[in-house]
Amino acid sequence: MPSAVPFWRDPKKRAIVFQIVILLLVFGIAYVLFSNTQANLRRQSIATGFGFLKAESGFEIGESVIPYSSADTYGRALLAGALNTLKVSFIGIVLTTILGVFIGIARLSHNWLVSRLASVFIEVMQNIPVLLQLFFWYAIFYEAFPAPRQALNPLPGIFLCNRGLILAVPASHPAHLPMLIALFAALASWWLLARWARRLQDLTGRTFPVVRVGLSLCLLLPALVWLAYGAPTALDVPVLRGFNFQGGVTVSPEFGALLIGLVLYTSAFVAEIVRAGIQAVTRGQIEAAMSIGLRPAQVLRLVVMPQALRVIIPPLTSQMLNLTKNSSLAIAIGFADFVSVANTTINQTGQAIEGVALIMAVYLCFSLSTSLFMNWYNKKMALVER
Amino acid sequence: MADKRIKQTPSNTDRSIIEIIGMHKWYGEFHVLSDINLRVQEKERIVICGPSGSGKSTLIRCINRLEEHQRGRIIVDGIELTNDIKNIEKVRAEVGMVFQHFNLFPHLTIMENLTLGPIWVRKMPKQEAEETAMMYLKKVKIAEQAKKYPGQLSGGQQQRVAIARSLCMSPRVMLFDEPTSALDPEMIKEVLDVMIDLAREGMTMLVVSHEMGFAKSVADRVLFMDDGQIVEENNPHDFFDNPRHERTKLFLSQIL
Amino acid sequence: MNQQNSTATREHLKPPVTEIGVLGWIRQNLFNSWFNSLLTVLALYGLYMTIPPLFKWAFADSLWFGSPDACRDIDGACWSIIPSNARFIFFGFFPEDQQWRPLTAMILLFVLVFHTQNRRSWNRALFPIWTCGLVVMGWLMHGGLGLPVVETAKWSGLPLTLMLSLFGMVGAYPLGILLALGRRSKLPAIHSLCVLYIELIRGVPLISMLFMSSIMFPLFLPEGINIDKVLRAQVAIILFTAAYIAEVVRGGLQAIPKGQYEAADSLGLNYGQAMRLIILPQALKIVIPPSVGILISAFKDTSLVVIIALYDVLKTTKVTLSNPEWMGFSSEAYLSLALLYFIFCYAMSSYSRKLEKALHTGH
Repeated sequence: MPSAVPFWRDPKKRAIVFQIVILLLVFGIAYVLFSNTQANLRRQSIATGFGFLKAESGFEIGESVIPYSSADTYGRALLAGALNTLKVSFIGIVLTTILGVFIGIARLSHNWLVSRLASVFIEVMQNIPVLLQLFFWYAIFYEAFPAPRQALNPLPGIFLCNRGLILAVPASHPAHLPMLIALFAALASWWLLARWARRLQDLTGRTFPVVRVGLSLCLLLPALVWLAYGAPTALDVPVLRGFNFQGGVTVSPEFGALLIGLVLYTSAFVAEIVRAGIQAVTRGQIEAAMSIGLRPAQVLRLVVMPQALRVIIPPLTSQMLNLTKNSSLAIAIGFADFVSVANTTINQTGQAIEGVALIMAVYLCFSLSTSLFMNWYNKKMALVER
Repeated sequence: MADKRIKQTPSNTDRSIIEIIGMHKWYGEFHVLSDINLRVQEKERIVICGPSGSGKSTLIRCINRLEEHQRGRIIVDGIELTNDIKNIEKVRAEVGMVFQHFNLFPHLTIMENLTLGPIWVRKMPKQEAEETAMMYLKKVKIAEQAKKYPGQLSGGQQQRVAIARSLCMSPRVMLFDEPTSALDPEMIKEVLDVMIDLAREGMTMLVVSHEMGFAKSVADRVLFMDDGQIVEENNPHDFFDNPRHERTKLFLSQIL
Repeated sequence: MNQQNSTATREHLKPPVTEIGVLGWIRQNLFNSWFNSLLTVLALYGLYMTIPPLFKWAFADSLWFGSPDACRDIDGACWSIIPSNARFIFFGFFPEDQQWRPLTAMILLFVLVFHTQNRRSWNRALFPIWTCGLVVMGWLMHGGLGLPVVETAKWSGLPLTLMLSLFGMVGAYPLGILLALGRRSKLPAIHSLCVLYIELIRGVPLISMLFMSSIMFPLFLPEGINIDKVLRAQVAIILFTAAYIAEVVRGGLQAIPKGQYEAADSLGLNYGQAMRLIILPQALKIVIPPSVGILISAFKDTSLVVIIALYDVLKTTKVTLSNPEWMGFSSEAYLSLALLYFIFCYAMSSYSRKLEKALHTGH
């Protein structure tokens, strides 16, 4: 029978003791910090808890998706800030993906000039801090563009001045909602059409131009609804009244600079990711596909893209998350995103801990949902190997 | 020795299935193929050998336009290979290619690998394509792996699937670019057996390979290429026993 | 049919002239299809519309050394904002007569970096050389022992940017390694703590960490103890960067074949020895290229301290622009600063790519 091992030499027991020591250390430090904090908060008469969310805020927000005024609560202010963050992140992600894919493909072009230009864009945008880029674009709005009275008018209905980009938009009309419904109907039929076409091909081998028909539907159906309502063409045109424009839609310099800066910066990274993904598909794959007789478009769709997307999607979602995190720099140029509003809240209430905790919690939500998506996607798409 | 050879008389048609006339190819300034003249008859089995860098892979890759030639003519089954994309696609549908590194599509099952061409190029209904695929999978003795993915198969199995994939397009000519060079020794035989069966059934084949046993038992002609030129061409018996050129003799002494 | 090509009389043919040389290159790379030709024409047109006016603004009509009033008279760029304010932009609030100290510290840093980038100097002496270098740099910046003390509140401009990145990396690396080892540990408490830390930090923006450091840290400390702002920001940068380094090092640890761990165990080495002598040297070598990437990000991210009112080189530039004399020349100032950042970052990323290639062929 083996003799009993003294506990300080038994690896399992040592492991437990080690963990207990570490946990005691961590919790000990946490406790010290905690009690210090409580003492300091009491000393400085700072409140604790989240009651401030119901108090009146007393400050204005530059722009907001939901109606908001200084008489509303801090809670509502923070909501407006969060919605602003989502707005700039969502639009930013869409634009970045489009621009990034375009530049990534351009980088791979056989045309030397196009490929070099794309390469220069990528190198320059990646190596300059995003905050500096934001300051630059914001300064362009303020210094390069004139006052509203002398606003630039490159196209009818479009004005550029230091108050932002002011656009003429179609005036609100009852036709708009039915048109939107028609668009959704068209998209739904496109999806159904694709399913039917796939079954047709399985049975008879004939292909059906799904994309062309689907796109036509998306253009045609809303157009028909528009005609049915009498083809309304009324525009909400911005008009100069006094020192500023009335009407139309204004893209503020803050929003514009933030969007442009984030999109240009992040698209450079996306371009590299797209390039790496496409190059990851070996030449042999393309040759094998071509030697079966597939056309270039078919090679791209059936062989290259499925393999390239597997390599592209995970780092792409990281970059989308980076864009969302970088949108927090809005505070430096005065756009009212969540961090900006939270910062004002902290300054007014003095409740730094709750404020910073809120900021971290909101961004953690974004990160965790992105991680969950990526894990799900990776599991689903992993190439099956031995 | 004659009884070991698989005797097939190449059919005597006037028109060769592949004609290469005065073909030259350059990579930049490098003259990689020089004055290639070759006529391949239907059902003929040709083995091309030579040192690395001699241009043998480049030659067969010109036949299905994976590489472009700059001078001379290449005519496959009556269709001339030019910049005309329609001709290129027609030729590629008639010519099957098996690569050294298999190049199976990793994101598709074996069955999907095989039916991809028939469905999208020949516009076959799915069921018909799958029946054809199953038939060829049985022929290369790998039918039970139909639902697996390439990453789950060994090298020899993958190469046999690659051969089946090309056969599904019912090609008139099969090109093999060093089909066994990337395989472990114990898997070479299973692939060569499939190729011998194919030859027995009368497929026109051009094989770039170092497998001299295969050349001796199956080939109608053996070509030796060096430095971009076809140096010697003969039936296997005379090629191996009475090589004429110094370079051929040197090469044979190095590999046999 | 026996074809015999006499090897001696091989016709020396030249490839078609449109395939080679300058003409061939132009044809293949710019005009090899109608689509490419269209792209080339469009690209050339776009360049023609933008480059000459830009050139005119930046060089032909510009003023390099002049007063702000002279600048307002010209149409072009006013680059003189940089030379006129160079001292402040680069050194910030550091006392003028002592500015040789940060300058010497920066030169020392560049010498060290230049020495290190040459792989032939990668030997045992490197570690003590760097330690001495860092100590000397710290002494030059701070003072004491013969030099008048300059509080950290006055450290600003380019030295602050470089220091925040450098000490950020130096401080974060050991912490990152510990976190990576902890995450791979089989002990549940250690593993959970490390995962919690890494995922938490990687999920939040740096700005929130900087806020935490500037607003929350003072609350954590007992009454009377004050840590100055620069140190607080430095700690935040270290804590933030460590999480990213941890993930990169973890990747390196995963890349080491299991056989190495087993060999170390079978030699009788304990955990610490195995890590120190066998595993970490190999893992760290693998992760050098991505680590340089993190260093580049850390360097760019120091610009965020603008938001908590620390005077790095971006903030000093902004302050210069708020001077009524020099107002309105933002483009020139920001473009010059962008050039500075670009040179640093591009040098680092080129080096990283070169290194990756060199290290890869060594495998």
